[in-house]
Amino acid sequence: MIDENTVLTVSNLQIAYEGNQIISDLSFTVEKKDILIILGPNGAGKTTLLRALQHFLPYQGSVSWNAQKISYLPPQEFLQRQNLPPLNIEEFYAFKTSNSNAIKSMIADVGLDESLLSHQFNELSTGQFQRMLIGWALLDNPDVLILDEPTSGIDIGGEETIYSLLHKFWQSQNLTILLVTHDLNIVWEYATQVICLNKQQVCMGKPDEVLTPEQLKTLYGTGIKFYKHQHR
Amino acid sequence: MTTNILLALIMSGTIGAIAGYLGSLMLSKRMALMGGALGHLTLPGVALALLYDFDVSLGATLFLALGVLIIWLLEQKTRLHLEALTAVVFSASLATAFLFLPKEEIDIALLGDVSQITPVTVLITVIISLSLFFTIKKIYSSMVLASISSDLAQTSGVNLKLNNALYLLCIAVTVALGVRIVGGLMTAALLALPACTAKNISSNLRQYTIISTLAGSLACILGVISYAISDIPAGPLIIIASALLFLVSVFKRDL
Repeated sequence: MIDENTVLTVSNLQIAYEGNQIISDLSFTVEKKDILIILGPNGAGKTTLLRALQHFLPYQGSVSWNAQKISYLPPQEFLQRQNLPPLNIEEFYAFKTSNSNAIKSMIADVGLDESLLSHQFNELSTGQFQRMLIGWALLDNPDVLILDEPTSGIDIGGEETIYSLLHKFWQSQNLTILLVTHDLNIVWEYATQVICLNKQQVCMGKPDEVLTPEQLKTLYGTGIKFYKHQHR
Repeated sequence: MTTNILLALIMSGTIGAIAGYLGSLMLSKRMALMGGALGHLTLPGVALALLYDFDVSLGATLFLALGVLIIWLLEQKTRLHLEALTAVVFSASLATAFLFLPKEEIDIALLGDVSQITPVTVLITVIISLSLFFTIKKIYSSMVLASISSDLAQTSGVNLKLNNALYLLCIAVTVALGVRIVGGLMTAALLALPACTAKNISSNLRQYTIISTLAGSLACILGVISYAISDIPAGPLIIIASALLFLVSVFKRDL
């Protein structure tokens, strides 16, 4: 019987693409209000995993959700920002809701000025664009937010604010977050659970317990310098 | 004004509007020239229709369906890109049309003809255009979302396969309608030009779709009026009118 606090149960997940095994034998569960961070080197199958979890590609094994609404933000570089029709941010938000007050309040919540609503995608900086996307993803009150490298292309200062913004939403709403990142600092600071992935599950558990220097060496190969934050 | 010109105005204005509306979506999906390739695909059908005296749009539709089927089959058999296969099939189709296209009808097939329109044809065109309008309106925001990212569209609950199929169907039907007024050579212009005009002078999606629809319709109306005055085929005049509107939009943008 499934625990009602369990949002996601994955058992024996296997994903192959054109004969190559991308992920093999992955099993894990995600509880409500978890911040699960999926950590792993390039090519480890992180993005593939996120897409399979949403049934965007074929897989073997089982993926079962206990959630009403799941929102997903692909990596920014996978989104088309140029050569689009002259869609402004307000119209983009209106794809999700016709309530203009909700749109205005969300754009303020993600720390953007209301005047940006009349701007188009290519008129926003990378950081503003990512905040705008986070607002869009949260506009229809999802139970689960899935993010893939939400700070790629954003400088260190901007990266901090994106994560603190996500953390703020996580605290104020009943939100479960699944997140892919390379950044170990983020794991120490925010994750409640971590999965280390390199085609198969290398580790799974609370960051403090599983992210040992030995594990990281197994995950990334040799030469990882690692520094553990003391403040949490 | 003769009845025939009035019928031509209603029909061309309607087809122009729907081509402008759909074209605004095709520009964003970077498929502006696809309409041209499909227009060429229709030519053997148009030739047969002229030869055996049946409806030009019907002939066009038959060959569009056949062409798309061949492209789809070749895509399964080869590993060539959809665009490359379209290039192969549309040029072969264009050449085949010239094998049996009656010489005296070449102008009509290539440049279109609005001189022989019946009220029934106009009525059918308006009904088809209305259904096209509602279909395009229904899929519009999903297709814009999919052009930003197909994953973003899917996570918002968009059925991509269904939307793509409806989208391609709308393009095919619009091309089949457009062939009648501008001929098989210039359907790309009918679809792409109004959207380019609109993109130059609009600052949001709503303005863009409205201007594209109106510019498409206005170009057709201006083209048919010029045809009534000059007796030059309406097809080229429609496209020239559309190009002039585009030019105006370029200068208006600079103001």
